[in-house]
Amino acid sequence: MAEFLIGLGLPGWLAWSIAALVSAVLLLNVIAGGALVFIWAERKIAARIQDRLGPTRTGGRFGWLQSLADGIKLLAKEDLMPEGADGLLFRLAPYVSFCASFCAFIALPFAFDVVGQRLNVAVFFVVAVLGLEVFGVILAGYASASKWSLFGAMREAAQVVSYEVPLGMCVVVPVMLAGTMDLVTIGEKQAGWMSNWYLFHDPFTFVIFWVYVTCAVASVNRAPFDLAEAESELVAGFHTEYSGLRWSFFFMAEYGSMFLVSALAAVLFLGGWNGPVPVAQLVGLSEGTGDSAAYFVRLLGLGNLIAKATLGVLLMMWIRWTLPRLRIDQVMTTCLKYCTPIAAVMFAGAMFWQLFLPGGLLPGWSRPAGEIREGWLEGPGGLPAAHPTTSGHNVGVAATDPSDSSGLATRSPR
Amino acid sequence: MMDFFVAPSILLPGLSMPSCLATVPLFAANPFTEPVGVIHYLVVGAVLFTAGIACMTLKRNALGILMGIELVLNGANINFVAFSSSYLRGEGAPTLGLDGQVVALFVILLAAAEAAVALAITLNFYNNHATVDVDRADDLKG
Amino acid sequence: MTGMLAMDISSLTDVIVPTLATTFRPAPILAALPVAGVNWHSVLFLLFAALACGFAVAVVAADNVVRMALYLVFSLGATAGLFFLAGAEFIGAMQLMIYVGGTLVLLVFGVMLTAQAPLVAIKASSSDRTLAAVAGASLLALLLTAAFSVDAWMAPGSEVVPAPSATPLGMALIGVRVDTPPPGSPAGGRAGYMLPFEIVSVHLLVVLVGAAYLARAKRRKTPRAIDAVASAMPVEPVVASTASGVASGRPAGGAKSALVGGGR
Repeated sequence: MAEFLIGLGLPGWLAWSIAALVSAVLLLNVIAGGALVFIWAERKIAARIQDRLGPTRTGGRFGWLQSLADGIKLLAKEDLMPEGADGLLFRLAPYVSFCASFCAFIALPFAFDVVGQRLNVAVFFVVAVLGLEVFGVILAGYASASKWSLFGAMREAAQVVSYEVPLGMCVVVPVMLAGTMDLVTIGEKQAGWMSNWYLFHDPFTFVIFWVYVTCAVASVNRAPFDLAEAESELVAGFHTEYSGLRWSFFFMAEYGSMFLVSALAAVLFLGGWNGPVPVAQLVGLSEGTGDSAAYFVRLLGLGNLIAKATLGVLLMMWIRWTLPRLRIDQVMTTCLKYCTPIAAVMFAGAMFWQLFLPGGLLPGWSRPAGEIREGWLEGPGGLPAAHPTTSGHNVGVAATDPSDSSGLATRSPR
Repeated sequence: MMDFFVAPSILLPGLSMPSCLATVPLFAANPFTEPVGVIHYLVVGAVLFTAGIACMTLKRNALGILMGIELVLNGANINFVAFSSSYLRGEGAPTLGLDGQVVALFVILLAAAEAAVALAITLNFYNNHATVDVDRADDLKG
Repeated sequence: MTGMLAMDISSLTDVIVPTLATTFRPAPILAALPVAGVNWHSVLFLLFAALACGFAVAVVAADNVVRMALYLVFSLGATAGLFFLAGAEFIGAMQLMIYVGGTLVLLVFGVMLTAQAPLVAIKASSSDRTLAAVAGASLLALLLTAAFSVDAWMAPGSEVVPAPSATPLGMALIGVRVDTPPPGSPAGGRAGYMLPFEIVSVHLLVVLVGAAYLARAKRRKTPRAIDAVASAMPVEPVVASTASGVASGRPAGGAKSALVGGGR
């Protein structure tokens, strides 16, 4: 897009500013629009699982306007703050959570080269930024001046920090197979038929995918790991004291993270934007070039990835409404005694498989042997992945500051 | 082109900028268009380092002292990364290359280890003395 | 259409530099703007640098230990942004993951465990503050003088986009150097980092065990000091104590309610 604008005669910096703005708005819409759809879907699915109907009135037969109506209601709600709360931190916490969730989307590819910022260390970046979401929860728990919130925050901190270990181990396996941390290249390596997906690469990756699912559910605090907001013991956990728009920021952050870990699973294990059957390749279209056919292929890939990520989110909802909540000690046991050792063994197994059986068991499957590869060395699109420039991470943090300081000036309890 | 650092001297002729500063690229040019160099990073590193030292000396809370140490280590890390970056050094200037980044990596790892141990010690101290004020840790005073 | 998203900021600098060089070709209206030819890299650097320095100073200035931890998070996060801007992506991601996501969460955890009302804000005396300000200012002056005294460091950046360093870094850590030596450095005999890497690994393991040993819950014969304090203080109902704390303008009394009270 920036090249297009430069072609129009705009100077480079302005063209890039506009392109960056458009990308940011698009990504923001992915989260906001995703949250709207997923909240509606969650209500319908929960209702079906519990043999109810769910929303039926608002917006026609299926109640598909329900979450929009909820959003308007949340906007109109009074913004309450407990008396003993730490004002600055209380106001800041939802934005910290939301920014962390949003910033991780920057490095996530939606189709070949359809990515906010192609990073050489994208996998690492996404996992790292996702881990920052816990700060919002801790701050919210501390600043709310409520027992429930503090307990919720403590649980969340322990849980998220623990689950980052097995999650990191799971994520490393596709990185090892692809030989790069660039998500675009990892997705590209799995092009072709469904058997090329890393899920079916060898038995170890198949197992480790399910470990990843467990850890991902835990790291985004969904049931059965939603200890931080266990409503039967802790009222609503860390967001007990929140209402209105601030509460909805937490909610959007949660749904954004769900979509993110699902999309990450899709790229790492489920072939990314490559469908189960390489339709476009069979027809003879190819991606990577600038003609309209390539754009069509990318659009197809975009649909593929979003479909896979949505399936992942639906799976999480299914799990949530099926399994009972674990106790905190059971959560830690699952992490430390099961997920971590299994992930470690599977990691070693995948490593030896790649070392001794790089071609797979069947003679017909020819896969490239293990080698040191990196996206910038052989990049399919020929796009250099090196960036000296921004991560974009802290832009979000900066954006929270003005609104917050102004909020403090207008309404401070002390 | 606006020149942010010369503008005040036009407004206040009595306080004209020292001529030596005008030769410094940091002050002589518009900071929004001038490419960033090593010196910019060094200034940031120095500020972080100083803030860390001040934090370590000023705070009586053991955890505050720990935070000061983290700031100091980060100030040092910024320097390592700046010297290793070919983007920041001038044309053909020698850089630390990969070695600077490796050292920065080790600093981060060791900082994590140090924080874990220091935190464990602090919690032990808190359990035994019901405070985290380091001035109260004078049991061994003769 | 989908190519819109494929913005790649590395090419941003590739585009901007020629634009800067030829000072600005078309569109005379835009040329009149004072921000014409703005270098985004420098702007982002200024933003991150201001954040890092500002929050670092805020850490020193704040009395509340929870606020200090928060400011530290922002300062170190902005530092990670600086690393990205310098082309050290792997170090930046590492900083985010280990430092901000691991070490600081641990630190915040410790803060919350010890955040009793009297301990949240241990104030330093004003004479100490003055002394620290003077000492800090002189140290800063010393460092800046040293930094500005070397001419080679004053050169503006070359804007040479460095090659991605993740793979060479990983290879260096297992003892093989695959990176091209930077100009001006001795070409041969560059060391791998196998041994330091192993030492750090063992070190981390030792620290893991040691920290777990130090922080474990001990069974004791005598009551802990913290329990003694807690039982000596009157434990009021949380609602009442919070209200009284707010009314009197100071943190609520009672060790237990203070733990959840979050008063400053």
